[in-house]
Amino acid sequence: MKTRLLATLFAACLFSAGAQAQAPIRIGELNSYKAQPGFLDPYKKGWELALEEINASGGLLGRKVEVVSRDDNGNPGDAVRVAEELVSREKADVIFGGFLSHIGLALTDFAKQRKVFFLAAEPLTDKITWQNGNRYTDRLRPTTYMQTAMLVPEAAKLKKKRWAIVYPNYEYGQSAAATFKQLLKAAQPDVEFVAEQAPALGRVDAGAVVQALADAKPDAIFNVLFAGDLAKFVREGTTRGLFKDRPVVSLLSGEPEYLDPLKDEAPEGWIVTGYPWYGIDTPEHKRFLAAYQKRWNEYPRLGSIVGYSSMMSLAAGIRKAGSTDTERLIAAFKGLKVDTPFGPMVYRPEDNQSTMGAYVGLTTVRDGKGVMKDYYYVDGASVLPNAEETRKLRPAD
Amino acid sequence: MLSGFAGQLLNGLAGASTLFLLAVGLSLIFGVTRIVNFAHGSMFMVGLYVAYSLAQWLAPLAGGAAAFWLSILLSAAAVGALGVLVELLVLRRIYRVPELFQLLATFAVVLVLRDAALAIWGPDDLLGPKAPGMKGAVQILGRQFPQYDLFLIFVGPAVLALLWLLLRRTRLGVLIRAATQDREMVGALGVNQAWLFTGIFALGSALAALGGALQLPREPANLGLDLGTIGDAFVVVVVGGMGSIPGAYLAALIIAEIKAVCYGIGAVQVFGASFSFSKLTLVVEFIVMAAVLIWRPWGLLGKPQGMVRGAAAAEAPIRPMRRAGVVATAALGAALLALPLAGQAFPYLTVLMIDLLIAVLFATSLHFIMGPGGMHSFGHAAYFGLGAYGAAALLKGLALPMELALAAAPLVALAGGLLFGWFAVRLSGVYLAMLTLAFAQIVWSIVYQWDEVTGGSNGMVGIWPSARFASKTAYYYLTLALVGASVFALRRMLFAPFGYAMRAGRDSPLRAESTGIGVIGVHWAGFAIASLFCGLAGALYAFGKGSISPETIHVGRSIDALVMVLLGGVQTLSGPIVGSAVFTWLQDWMIRATDYWRALLGFAILVLVLAFPQGIVGGLAAAWERWRPPAAAAEGRR
Repeated sequence: MKTRLLATLFAACLFSAGAQAQAPIRIGELNSYKAQPGFLDPYKKGWELALEEINASGGLLGRKVEVVSRDDNGNPGDAVRVAEELVSREKADVIFGGFLSHIGLALTDFAKQRKVFFLAAEPLTDKITWQNGNRYTDRLRPTTYMQTAMLVPEAAKLKKKRWAIVYPNYEYGQSAAATFKQLLKAAQPDVEFVAEQAPALGRVDAGAVVQALADAKPDAIFNVLFAGDLAKFVREGTTRGLFKDRPVVSLLSGEPEYLDPLKDEAPEGWIVTGYPWYGIDTPEHKRFLAAYQKRWNEYPRLGSIVGYSSMMSLAAGIRKAGSTDTERLIAAFKGLKVDTPFGPMVYRPEDNQSTMGAYVGLTTVRDGKGVMKDYYYVDGASVLPNAEETRKLRPAD
Repeated sequence: MLSGFAGQLLNGLAGASTLFLLAVGLSLIFGVTRIVNFAHGSMFMVGLYVAYSLAQWLAPLAGGAAAFWLSILLSAAAVGALGVLVELLVLRRIYRVPELFQLLATFAVVLVLRDAALAIWGPDDLLGPKAPGMKGAVQILGRQFPQYDLFLIFVGPAVLALLWLLLRRTRLGVLIRAATQDREMVGALGVNQAWLFTGIFALGSALAALGGALQLPREPANLGLDLGTIGDAFVVVVVGGMGSIPGAYLAALIIAEIKAVCYGIGAVQVFGASFSFSKLTLVVEFIVMAAVLIWRPWGLLGKPQGMVRGAAAAEAPIRPMRRAGVVATAALGAALLALPLAGQAFPYLTVLMIDLLIAVLFATSLHFIMGPGGMHSFGHAAYFGLGAYGAAALLKGLALPMELALAAAPLVALAGGLLFGWFAVRLSGVYLAMLTLAFAQIVWSIVYQWDEVTGGSNGMVGIWPSARFASKTAYYYLTLALVGASVFALRRMLFAPFGYAMRAGRDSPLRAESTGIGVIGVHWAGFAIASLFCGLAGALYAFGKGSISPETIHVGRSIDALVMVLLGGVQTLSGPIVGSAVFTWLQDWMIRATDYWRALLGFAILVLVLAFPQGIVGGLAAAWERWRPPAAAAEGRR
């Protein structure tokens, strides 16, 4: 009995000594920095800014916050090893990151196996929060389903009957195309899908694809191509007159990451989801924009928002949990409210998906640059299925 | 419909010119130097980047049109000079080393150039200007056809004609053709081979850069172009026939047209399900290559390759381990057994060691056919992936217990090895290498698209070991036991009559046949055994990670295996073990140490390549032979 008391006292001393020493909170971060530098460089700047702001205001729970960041070599096998390293050697309390969907899924499953809290920042696949979801994983960015669903009302408004679809041949493209077909059919039962082109990711033969689409004589086009594929598609399609008198609905194309490389050749009047950083008038975004430009001397991309909001989400979660304990964090993230540059959002208790939304608008060219106009913000909550339907999509915790 | 088809054929013609320019330089380089030049795609990429920058700089100085065309030509010249640099600084030093070793150096060049491009041009895609005077489209068959594409259609044949003139009507051309046929003889006739090689490398690089620069109006410069294009380049070279210029054009034409037609057909109803032919473009070129290699291994317009004599010293026969080796192995084994004891202090060590041991088995199984078998597989990842996916499918699909899935998964790889090996062992040298690459790409594309079984591009998750092996320490011991036993078994086989037969088949197929060894049968068995053990490595990998994706089969992993074997030394039995350990550890360490880890890894490989032209173990062994005390030498001779 006496020994046990002594031991308790001893432990208490240790604990308070630890608290006095203010051991920093350690957060592990991993991403495909070398494989996807164009998107992840702004993302990193985003979370670094957030980290500096958090530490400048005294850290979390009275402790400084440290982030240990790693490259995952762009493949899931190495990502799992890096995650293991962050948890076992670097003693990270939580981990966040991920950009590519298959790596995101591998980390989701790793979190479940190792019982570590994981915030998936960028990966889009619906499976992270639905089919393969688990209680250890939350996700920030609006999913493929959400972004597609945001565009469908606009597509239905066009009242076009014959649609052609073009998407990169991997899960993101396939699932965006499938969701679009399903939701548009529901909104507009007489719709027909007259052509479907699925070129290999990163290797689109734009000339052949554009001609094949044009030959099907569609009334409108739904595009899921992005990055280099998008640039090739736009240039070839413009030269060949594919977009003349033909509306295009295009996923993600309004994000600066994809729109900026097109410069003055950005297409006119495409209906897109994106991030018009130059024209968002909300006070929270203005503050973020000023801070970001001051710190990095460049304008933010969507990745900056994602990086910044991920870090802020973790901060809010740790504050609410009052600890970095995994179980308490899981509980804290259920219904967690976070203020982001896009305004307040919530991590839904039913599927751990945040309600971060995106801007929907039209593309145009202004001062030789591709920009969005007539845009409006779509709250993620408005396009997500309700709690009851969601439970059917997701294995029980 | 018919005019749509004709339009697609026109698109194919424009694509053919691009493919031809990309590949023709590789064909020339291979024909003369026999180097499998992985850096060729990097030259294409750098050509596009340089042209982009030049176009930016020159636009204010010269007129729009002059600036554009000048930048394309200057870019080709600049990259040609880069080719000279690479040849002089790196390749020139390692021509007289075992076949394929230069591949390792060119792989290092890929890594360095990728990071150099990132440092110079940044991570964003850079879309160049449209071609002045060719910005619009012309009306053909009732369709808008870009003027620039029309121009490209003629560029390919024009370059083809110029090269033909160069090869047929100039002294340099005579030398190139002679060297393609028999470079030893050219050397014996007093031609300075060194400068011929430098020249051909420069010409090849410049052609690749020209192809890249001409893409300026068609595709943005980006960092994925190097490895993204190299596969296509190899396919065109092999299908056309190595060293054959008209062959390269013919092959480019066939592949570009087939792709265009796939897009043209679009979605079709097959057995009630909709299938989009455009999805076939992921792999169609590799199907063509496999078919050509099986039907006519030396390519459509190529000739069977002449023998290359005496490029490197003949390989010494393998010897059983001496006492020192046995002691060292036992010490290493004891250290590995004790390793988890350090787990408290170094918790990550066990995790890293599991990956490292799996890499050891992966590399050793490749070396089994590559070294003693002389079969340079460029698609070894296929069997790794089949093992990994086999394990996942058995565990998830058939709900087998983990132990059974682990035991049965290598049989999936064995089946693949038996099937593909049956075709592959009928070829040799670089043809065999390319056929194995084609098979691996075909397996990859099936796995990538077969959502119901393999999970498509996302792969499969939830493949964790059973409770018994759930802890990292337990899994480490399981891996250690299996990898140790496998490496021992592979080594033991090489000292058995089977191993001798396999080496006899490698060194002299004719003599081996006449002593009664069925060379093809023996090599087929060797291929199957290697894939079986590789499959075990894949299955261990799957359970070690908990998830797998098509990356386990990707060409990048096949290249990693080659690099590990060559780095350690292909002519030694412990080479792959050392090579895989060094490579895995270097990569793991450098990723954490610096942002530019690719370049650093590239430089490290270059240093190792130049310091140890026979691989690390080969180099150390040679050094030991030179320096060891006479007494030991005498003992060794006994």
